[in-house]
Amino acid sequence: MKRFLGFVKKEFLHIFRDFRTLIILFGIPTAQILIFGFVVSTDIKDAPVAFLDFSKDEVTQKISDKICSSGFFKRIDNLQNYDDIDKVFRKGRVKAVIVFGDNFGRDLISYGKAAMSIIADGSEPNTATLITNYVTAIVTDFNRELVNTSSAGNILVQPEVRMFYNPELKGHFMFVPGVITLILILICALMTSITITREKEFGTMEVLLVSPLKPVHIIVGKVLPYFILSFIDVIMILLLSWFVFDLPIKGSIILLLAETMLYILMSLSLGILISTVSKTMQQAIFISFLGLMLPTILLSGFIFPIENMPKGYDWVSAFLPPRYFIVILKNIMIKGTGFLYIWKETLILMIMTTLFIGLSIRNFKLRLE
Amino acid sequence: MKNTVISVKNLVKKFGSFTANDNLNFEVYEGEIFGFLGANGAGKTTALRILSGLSSPTSGEVIVAGFNAKKEPEKIKKNIGYMCQKFSLYNDLTTRENIMLYGGIYGMRKASIKERTEDLLEKLNFREYGDRMIADLPLGMKQKLAFSVAVFHEPKIVFLDEPTGGVDPITRRQFWEMIYETADRGITIFVTTHYMDEAEYCDRISIMSEGRIVALNTPEELKKQYDAGSVEEVFVRIARPPFPPSRSAGFHAGGQNRAETKPPSGGWGPGIGEGVLE
Repeated sequence: MKRFLGFVKKEFLHIFRDFRTLIILFGIPTAQILIFGFVVSTDIKDAPVAFLDFSKDEVTQKISDKICSSGFFKRIDNLQNYDDIDKVFRKGRVKAVIVFGDNFGRDLISYGKAAMSIIADGSEPNTATLITNYVTAIVTDFNRELVNTSSAGNILVQPEVRMFYNPELKGHFMFVPGVITLILILICALMTSITITREKEFGTMEVLLVSPLKPVHIIVGKVLPYFILSFIDVIMILLLSWFVFDLPIKGSIILLLAETMLYILMSLSLGILISTVSKTMQQAIFISFLGLMLPTILLSGFIFPIENMPKGYDWVSAFLPPRYFIVILKNIMIKGTGFLYIWKETLILMIMTTLFIGLSIRNFKLRLE
Repeated sequence: MKNTVISVKNLVKKFGSFTANDNLNFEVYEGEIFGFLGANGAGKTTALRILSGLSSPTSGEVIVAGFNAKKEPEKIKKNIGYMCQKFSLYNDLTTRENIMLYGGIYGMRKASIKERTEDLLEKLNFREYGDRMIADLPLGMKQKLAFSVAVFHEPKIVFLDEPTGGVDPITRRQFWEMIYETADRGITIFVTTHYMDEAEYCDRISIMSEGRIVALNTPEELKKQYDAGSVEEVFVRIARPPFPPSRSAGFHAGGQNRAETKPPSGGWGPGIGEGVLE
């Protein structure tokens, strides 16, 4: 045990003495969270909207005033017919058009129901989602007032949301789960594969193998510091997104941390596997980058929704562990669901971890022989 | 009567259909400097790996420091030191930290590591380098330090795999002085080398070719036996029989040479023999 601790200490020394490693460990996560957080702003303010009002009655007036006085929207234009909608969108003058049908106020009074449309510019999916959500919220608020003041009982305005250009608009841009997923793969897989191949390249691995340290001690000793540091990283990211962006964790924190540990373990075993097949650090970096980083960014659902991927790509995505972890994170952090909703993803990650460890042991034994 | 520290009987190591070690038999005695020579791919590295407990023999009996290489490789590892051709210290650790690390790995107590570190630094005239990063030391110094670290835990045997590669002649001489001194302390030295002048420094040498030991004796006896002026001549004559330097051209022209049907020992290169160490 003492031998092992001395060995772990040495690995920590390697990490803390290498400026680049420290940057990757602590600089990149902080930078990514801040960049994604500020650039991908979740606030809308004075978003330009146009109204197409076929009724022009008291109720539509009230609703549109309420929307424009909220501070989120600014009335840019009043349209006359449907053809204008496309024109204003193409000119890029408005982010959304709000349409009230004929006899809006009368329908609302007589049938207790009236239809309106919110048409948003789907070429900017995030803004579009935000706008429709905000308008819907404002209309819901209006409904509540209406119910409270009117004696007629249930009368409701039902906003119908439609997206132009990108009708599905799935995949909330929730960057924190994505960044955690990416950072962990980066630190765990890339860094461990580099640190192990470095020992091979410099010849120190040979000396370690001849020493009384068992191979399993060497490997565990090398990855343990990364396990600890990446766990600290996750906590750092969560605290940062909480303090800076008010992102709460809706589900159980213990479950979240447990799942994170599983994912770290998976990434570490992947890093070890990469190190067993690469002879030089360059090779390890190449495999980690092309094989892990790029697919994680592009195919795991981090930025581009899996539902919108062309056939074939979604299949590739099924083999990417980050894809499942993003689902787990989103479920726990944003939806606040429990283990019952993510057991399948958890199981897949467990199977992948076992598989990677098994393959690594096999490769390692082959190499020793 | 000399004590035997390494005893190898009928050692065979096969990789699939390729036989890397073909029935090796030899003994190494306590405090001896044993030179292990052979062309690249002759099977030296494979044998070295078996002796150091890294790999298991296919058949035969190998006893190192009193332990069986097949059954107790872990015990062998505790009783040997190892220095390889690539530089084996960590560049981003200081001299003291490197010594502390390896001393710790071999289970030495902290207090005794500290005490012996100071003695060692004193002896090597390294005092001022104790807290310097290894990366800042000149190559010769690193090499000496690597050797000192390999024998720091007072192993019974130390294996040196081409320890003087890329080192200048003066440092090489100093290095061999250290080897002699260590052997005088009773530590057995098992060394592979490509420098034939170094082979002359050994008490006994063995020469491997194509997986077999083709010669084993003191350098003097071997020179006498092969009527050669130096170990180098002996080596060239027996390690690569198809290509004696003076007649190789003739052999090629004749087309009767063994290289036609079977690659010469050197031809295996990084194939199976040496490559497995990667």
